Amino acid sequence: MNGNRVTIRLFARLKDIVGTGELSREASSDATAGTVWRTLMNEFAELRDYETSISVAVNEEYARMDAPVADGDEVAFLPPVSGG
Amino acid sequence: MSDNRATMDTAPYAITTDPLNLDALITAVTSGSPDATIGPGGITSFVGVVRNENAGRRVLRLEYEGYDPLALRAFERIGAETADRWDVRIALHHRLGTLQIGEASVMIAAASPHRADAFAACRYIIERVKQIVPIWKHEFFEGGDVWIEGATADPEDDVARQDAIRVAGLE
Repeated sequence: MNGNRVTIRLFARLKDIVGTGELSREASSDATAGTVWRTLMNEFAELRDYETSISVAVNEEYARMDAPVADGDEVAFLPPVSGG
Repeated sequence: MSDNRATMDTAPYAITTDPLNLDALITAVTSGSPDATIGPGGITSFVGVVRNENAGRRVLRLEYEGYDPLALRAFERIGAETADRWDVRIALHHRLGTLQIGEASVMIAAASPHRADAFAACRYIIERVKQIVPIWKHEFFEGGDVWIEGATADPEDDVARQDAIRVAGLE
């Protein structure tokens, strides 16, 4: 165990599926936003519905799934948006 | 509008659970400019209002949720995109929380020396809000509730951006 932890933020239906809008998970030293997402999908199968439609933000900036994540980072997963 | 609890936040970009106030946006796009004594020429506005019907469902209310810091950054991005293309000053306010039918969820104002720019900017901004701002509607209707899911948010998606420019009517 390397002690790296990231904060995961979830919104809208993702929050309903997981049961909370914020959780913390361990992340390996070579983790990316995508590995964090796949870890979460393994835990919560219903998230697979969003595999092709999800957006991600790292530390409050839009990012790509291959963006690296480091200890203490906030990784937010965003279902398709519907503001306005 | 000073006799209710509507926001008087005159910042160009705002996210609030308070009722929105168009006067605040008009102030945001007109005050403090060097040509304030001359005036902008024209101001257009767009007000998005909660509708009582959606996809054949009788809507009772909407609950808006947002990722506030990223939503504000998306507002700033949309503002920069708009200023790159049109000669406008803009304001964009979005409300979160529980909204009843007929209440305003979003307000946009655009001030410009040229009315064509003001109209186009307003239209462009609402299209971009729907494309890239991390805000979600939770619809409560007669018989149930559903999260509304629209566009996969990707600010770098140039096809979406070009769509918004086309809808704005100048290309």
